[in-house]
Amino acid sequence: MKITKYAATAALVLSAVSASGLVQADVLVKVDGSSTVYPITEAVAEDFQKSKKNAVKVTVGISGTGGGFKKFCRGETDISDASRPITKKEMEDCKAAGIEYMEFPVAYDALTVVVNPKNDWIKSMTVAELKTIWEPAAQGKITSWKQVNPAWPDRPLKLFGPGADSGTFEYFTEAINGKSKSSRGDFTASEDDNVLVQGVARDIGALGFFGYAYYEENKDKLRSVPIVNKDGNPAVAPSLKTVIDGSYQPLARPIFIYVNAKSADKPEVKEFVEYYMKNAEKLTKEVKYVPLPAKAYAYNDDHFAKRIKGTKFGGENKVGLTIEDLMKLEAK
Amino acid sequence: MNQQELQALRTMIVVHKRWDMIFGLIGILALMIALMTFTALFADMAINGVGRISWEFLTSFPSRRAADAGILSAWVGSVLVMLVTAFAAVPLGVAAGVYLEEYARKNWVTDIIEINVSNLAGVPSIIYGLLALGLFVYTFGLGQSILTAGLTLALLILPVVIVATREAIRSIPQIIREGAYACGATTWQVVSDHIVPYSSAGILTGVIIGMARAIGETAPIITVGALTFIAFLPPAPFTGEPPAGLFDWLFAPFTVMPIQMFNWTSRPEAAFLANAAAAGFILVLMTLAMNGLAIWLRYRLRKNINW
Repeated sequence: MKITKYAATAALVLSAVSASGLVQADVLVKVDGSSTVYPITEAVAEDFQKSKKNAVKVTVGISGTGGGFKKFCRGETDISDASRPITKKEMEDCKAAGIEYMEFPVAYDALTVVVNPKNDWIKSMTVAELKTIWEPAAQGKITSWKQVNPAWPDRPLKLFGPGADSGTFEYFTEAINGKSKSSRGDFTASEDDNVLVQGVARDIGALGFFGYAYYEENKDKLRSVPIVNKDGNPAVAPSLKTVIDGSYQPLARPIFIYVNAKSADKPEVKEFVEYYMKNAEKLTKEVKYVPLPAKAYAYNDDHFAKRIKGTKFGGENKVGLTIEDLMKLEAK
Repeated sequence: MNQQELQALRTMIVVHKRWDMIFGLIGILALMIALMTFTALFADMAINGVGRISWEFLTSFPSRRAADAGILSAWVGSVLVMLVTAFAAVPLGVAAGVYLEEYARKNWVTDIIEINVSNLAGVPSIIYGLLALGLFVYTFGLGQSILTAGLTLALLILPVVIVATREAIRSIPQIIREGAYACGATTWQVVSDHIVPYSSAGILTGVIIGMARAIGETAPIITVGALTFIAFLPPAPFTGEPPAGLFDWLFAPFTVMPIQMFNWTSRPEAAFLANAAAAGFILVLMTLAMNGLAIWLRYRLRKNINW
């Protein structure tokens, strides 16, 4: 008899629930999107909630930049984290749903090329050398360091990189090979950057790339490679300073939040965005990302106050943009 | 039987016994591989994570500082989602199993249903997530809530519960039914007074296997919209915004343990890996507690069966 009693209770519960209807009166700020931007938004959300004594609730998801924009353009979220600018397709989706948005760069993510610390032949690499290694034509052919540069030893070249779905991979291929997602396929790919760290740390002939935060945390196991952007330029190693002053190119990219313009009129969302811009510099450093210069956050604040809508990228990813360039662009 | 034949027989027995022993060894080896793998994984997790487990770890929300981060929203979310799953899957699964065994006529239609139910048990869980996203989240408007996640996992484990129910019912001797029918009982009386009580131990085993699978699922839960950072709990009954009801928590946003672990393992700071291991350890303990409860219930139920 027990089981039948349970069944009756369950039926009762379900009918009571459907009768009570949807109750959602909480003051809630909903954020979703890129897992690259996540640590920063999480830090802001954590402190914002504390400063508001939990009167405002913030939720942050990691659906990925693309998945986040899908929800954002359906009007399900207030803010979307993005590790690349909004695409043409996504702009159309938002427009079709009548969703207007504001775009704010919040930090830099410096893609870092790393080698094993025992690797003593690499002092720096040029973009051209990286292209020789990573371009699609290199597949199965470029298998030794010597083939890239005759001055380097004849050691097997083992490559590690993020999976093809990640924004990091998209940006790296765009910046190095000139076309997004165009790359050789015969490298060890993992969505989990910690796997890439382990891979490069164990193999003397390894070369890999991932976000700066993962290098910063594993400095004892890896060595970063200074990059020569154009022939004749000096080699620049990634660091807070070189990313902010724009000399670490072309592998530094801005990351963004997109704010739904209608949501921005809600006091809780407005306060959250203002809190974000005020504290982003400090919190970005704390989670080991590279903050924008202070004037960029002031610029964001100003644009938010004026409610300047749209994207500055016109649906395309631009490579090698410094923060100065970014601030000069006009919204489209 | 002459001496020679006896000798041949003895050799044969020796050979057969040797085969027995060899198979026994293979069996032990197979068991050891399964056990050792689990033990090694569990020990590794315990070594990395036990240092992080404390009262604060269980009662804190996620944080950017690994040392302050905890799993409060994750374990509460997991428990509530499992509650919804159990309340939805058990009645539906048991009713379906009982119907197929005791009421349905045995013909090609029931055969097809039977094959389909078994096949459903093998469908990848992400498919259930996509189905639930379209059905529960958008069509029924239940939102990205605990209720949606619970119902999704209930669908996922329904085939397991149905199959287990049917197996348990089949193991009841036919004479029990015949006796009851001979006394003039209706099918409903036979089912409610005999079939369900006697098979409840077996049903419970099936439910537990299903629940143990459900508690570790990530893919369908992410699809229906579980979040990663959530620093508040679902409202307790009658405490939410007015008009507060008993079941407001069903519609609250949530996260679950596997998602919290997944997020922590992909963080750059090594300290978060320890957090993930600690959360994994707690998740295994939760599964064990669930199993323990089932074993205890099964023991209680079996005691009351007198035949």
